[in-house]
Amino acid sequence: MTAAPQTVSSSPLRVQARWFVFGMRGIFSLPSLILALSFVGFAAFTAEAGIPVEQAIFMTGIVWALPAKVILVGSMLSGAHLVTAFLAVTLSSVRMMPMVASLVPEIRTRRTPTWLLLLLSHFVAITAWVFAMERIQAVPREGRVAFFAGFGITLTMTNVVLVGLAYGAVEEFPPLVSGCLFFLTPVYFLTSIWLSARHRVVYWALGAGLVFGGIFAVVAPQYDILLAGVVGGTLAWWAERAFRLRKAGAA
Amino acid sequence: MSYDGLWPYVFIVVAGWLATDIWRWLGVLFGNRIDERSELLQWVRAVATALVAAVIARLILFPTGALAGSPFALRIAAVLFGAACFFAAGRRQIVGIGASVAFLAAGLALTGT
Repeated sequence: MTAAPQTVSSSPLRVQARWFVFGMRGIFSLPSLILALSFVGFAAFTAEAGIPVEQAIFMTGIVWALPAKVILVGSMLSGAHLVTAFLAVTLSSVRMMPMVASLVPEIRTRRTPTWLLLLLSHFVAITAWVFAMERIQAVPREGRVAFFAGFGITLTMTNVVLVGLAYGAVEEFPPLVSGCLFFLTPVYFLTSIWLSARHRVVYWALGAGLVFGGIFAVVAPQYDILLAGVVGGTLAWWAERAFRLRKAGAA
Repeated sequence: MSYDGLWPYVFIVVAGWLATDIWRWLGVLFGNRIDERSELLQWVRAVATALVAAVIARLILFPTGALAGSPFALRIAAVLFGAACFFAAGRRQIVGIGASVAFLAAGLALTGT
């Protein structure tokens, strides 16, 4: 981190603008690079799935969270009902609530309007959240909302443009390259889940979801994601809870 | 489903945007009242993770497009090789992803698919 912008004493608007730009510069970081690669992979995934480019760009901006989008596309592919798709996506997005809830007290001041936080909450997804939670301590409180806005909005907009550009390029690529790009999405998620896990139950649920995802994809392809998520997740939660309680009892 | 007309956009707005942003808004509005260790939140974490894991399984086991004709064993081996490198390198994400994709690329080139 370089010299921090001057605080309130000069012109408040100017200071806010400088913190915004400071946040924007986060686009040149390893997490941003990995996410960008994954969005190239997502563009390949939607292109291969036959989703039109306008819809791929539209969902990148309006949904933003990559897991939610991949579940959404998966549901569109399997011909799932709107309600089934909504349930699968919304269950995967519940984790946004604790993520936003833990970020908001870190960035808001007493003068931060709630509408602004509601607006900015749209830019919370795993990469922006991890990035902000790691670096926000180095930013004085009055600059934090601007800092997060600068990073979050830049990250989203960059990837919206990237999906549009990559989508067209994917069709020109030889099958070997587009195959590898497609493969980026699952391996990015596998590593991201492992790295962002703060609780043991997440590892158990990862294993259960992989196994049940494979089973239900064969047995009930229209509801596979929702079923595997609820059945696998609940089993993982139940088993981990039993393990946790027994360990606590034995101690 | 058909990707023509307005319906896919309605689908994306309802099943994608609303389904996700509702939780972001609730996080802003009721953030202070969530107990991080509650059993309900543990269940939510488990289900959310399993949902994404189910998608991962689908993408690896039943890929569409360019990978649809690739050998099943190659895709599994690529994931396992990536995982081994990921842990061997002290859980570095870029190593795991790079190793897995490189293994797949080599395999695709060798099998000619």
